[in-house]
Amino acid sequence: MFLSEYELSALILSLKVSVTSVVISIPLAVIIAWLLARKNFPGKTLLDGIVHLPLVLPPVVIGYLLLISFGRQGWIGKPLYELTGLSFSFSWQGAALAAAIVSFPLMVRAIRLAIEAVDIKLEQAARTLGASPWRVFMTITLPLTMPGILTGTVLGFARSLGEFGATITFVSNIPEVTRTIPLAMYSFIETPGAEAEAARLCIIAVVIALSSLLLSEWLTRATRHKLGAPHA
Amino acid sequence: MLKVSINTCLGQFCLDCAFDVPKTGVTAIFGRSGSGKTSLINHIAGLRSAEAGLIQLHGRELYNSETGIYLPPEKRNIGYVFQEPRLFPHYSVRENLLYGVRNKSDSELFQLIIQLLAIETLLDRRPTTLSGGEKQRVAIGRALLTEPDLLLMDEPLASLDLPRKKELLPYLSRLSKEFEIPILYVTHSLDEIIQLADHMILLDQGKITQSGKVEKIWGCEEMRPWLEGDSRSSLLTGEVKQHHKEYPMTSIVLDANTSLWMPKLDLSPGQQVRLRIRANDVSLTRKMPESSSIRNILPGRISSMKIDANQQIEVNLKLGDNQLWSHITAWAKDDLALQEDDQVFVQIKGISLTKDDWIDL
Repeated sequence: MFLSEYELSALILSLKVSVTSVVISIPLAVIIAWLLARKNFPGKTLLDGIVHLPLVLPPVVIGYLLLISFGRQGWIGKPLYELTGLSFSFSWQGAALAAAIVSFPLMVRAIRLAIEAVDIKLEQAARTLGASPWRVFMTITLPLTMPGILTGTVLGFARSLGEFGATITFVSNIPEVTRTIPLAMYSFIETPGAEAEAARLCIIAVVIALSSLLLSEWLTRATRHKLGAPHA
Repeated sequence: MLKVSINTCLGQFCLDCAFDVPKTGVTAIFGRSGSGKTSLINHIAGLRSAEAGLIQLHGRELYNSETGIYLPPEKRNIGYVFQEPRLFPHYSVRENLLYGVRNKSDSELFQLIIQLLAIETLLDRRPTTLSGGEKQRVAIGRALLTEPDLLLMDEPLASLDLPRKKELLPYLSRLSKEFEIPILYVTHSLDEIIQLADHMILLDQGKITQSGKVEKIWGCEEMRPWLEGDSRSSLLTGEVKQHHKEYPMTSIVLDANTSLWMPKLDLSPGQQVRLRIRANDVSLTRKMPESSSIRNILPGRISSMKIDANQQIEVNLKLGDNQLWSHITAWAKDDLALQEDDQVFVQIKGISLTKDDWIDL
């Protein structure tokens, strides 16, 4: 193996955190994006603002807010731990939660744009053909939104991979528990004489980011083709 | 039968109309752009909600503002062919056609419709690879396959160029004969009306100004903006009586005492036809001409005369049970000293066939 045990552990942790983060975010992001794109309701602007907040807040603020709410003594974290035994503080699940919150606005934005691009006229036509709103969503809106969902997923994945500030604030920098690639790199940079190790991690980060971009480009093209776009 | 009464306002525009649509045949909704035609059928389809009104289809209430009934579009069983085809791009033609089919095992209707619309060879294609006319045919098939109680068509030909229009028109007229469902057809094309429609509703600024049989509405005052002067024409329905023994001519009976000769039609006696006679092809004489090249010279009575925008005279004539328009010069009117209620002889030079009710096109 050309990766050291240390690098491998950081890599696997990073992938685990990022994959968990996007997988749990997708359904919620699709629902929120659909609400924002298609529905009018009181408090829509507020919801829009809250969803976008992580994009403009300093990550350390998000980490702090997570710490006081989801920490073992937090107002959500404490009852949650007592009820389910699940604890976010100082665990990889906490890192995934931080990554999910930070990447959520990016996913919602991409998916919302894609839903807005789906012609309402097609949805109306489906209704006149006897389809319930739910069937319209599952058979028309969702498939036509697929390229946007893919884009959103890749953006979210990349953002999760790079998450640093909120993670280190919320779950700290514990080797093999919460030390993802960015946190590991930070530790090497802080350690005198570990420049080479930092550089290796840097290359790993670039390789993952680049491969996910290429994968997303390929997937988007494949879905566009499946959605009936003319042959380019 | 469809019963509609709607009263609703959206901003400055108000829709206020009530009408019945017969059980079969094509009812055209005609009017200027912005007269509320599309808005009206969107209400019927359930894509829009009104402030007050009642919509009843075959005795089933789709909407009733008093009892609060409002069926969503998917529960109304109304087919809708839009101006643009609105095919689902991620489905093949076959999947588009089957989207609204409830009983997927009934392939008989499927076969019938794809043959009627000549789309058998397109089934595995993607909508993006079809031409405009093909797309619209698929859209029509898709709506028909839901076995609707009513078919709404919103200017289905408007987005097509002329050759495509001509390509699609025969399918539409065949459709109205083969399927015994009422069709509400929104259009602003008079050609489409005379070729397809049996009834028409005239809509102006959200209100119905005239409704009834196409032949009757065609001659009425409200049609003046579209059919004035040179473009004035009359629509008559008749029955094929006989073919001339020596010459290629066919005789058409309009009523007990009135019949017309026209160039030979490839139809058998007894078939119904709709004729269009341009007012410019109708001239008037005081006396019965002794020898004339014109074959159709009939006695008639002047019911009214109007001066058109070019200072010419539009004469409305009573010809047996039918009404006929003639377009003459003011000079001719004065020369012949024509007055209302006068008996005259009507010479008809040209007759064109616009729609036949029986033969397959």
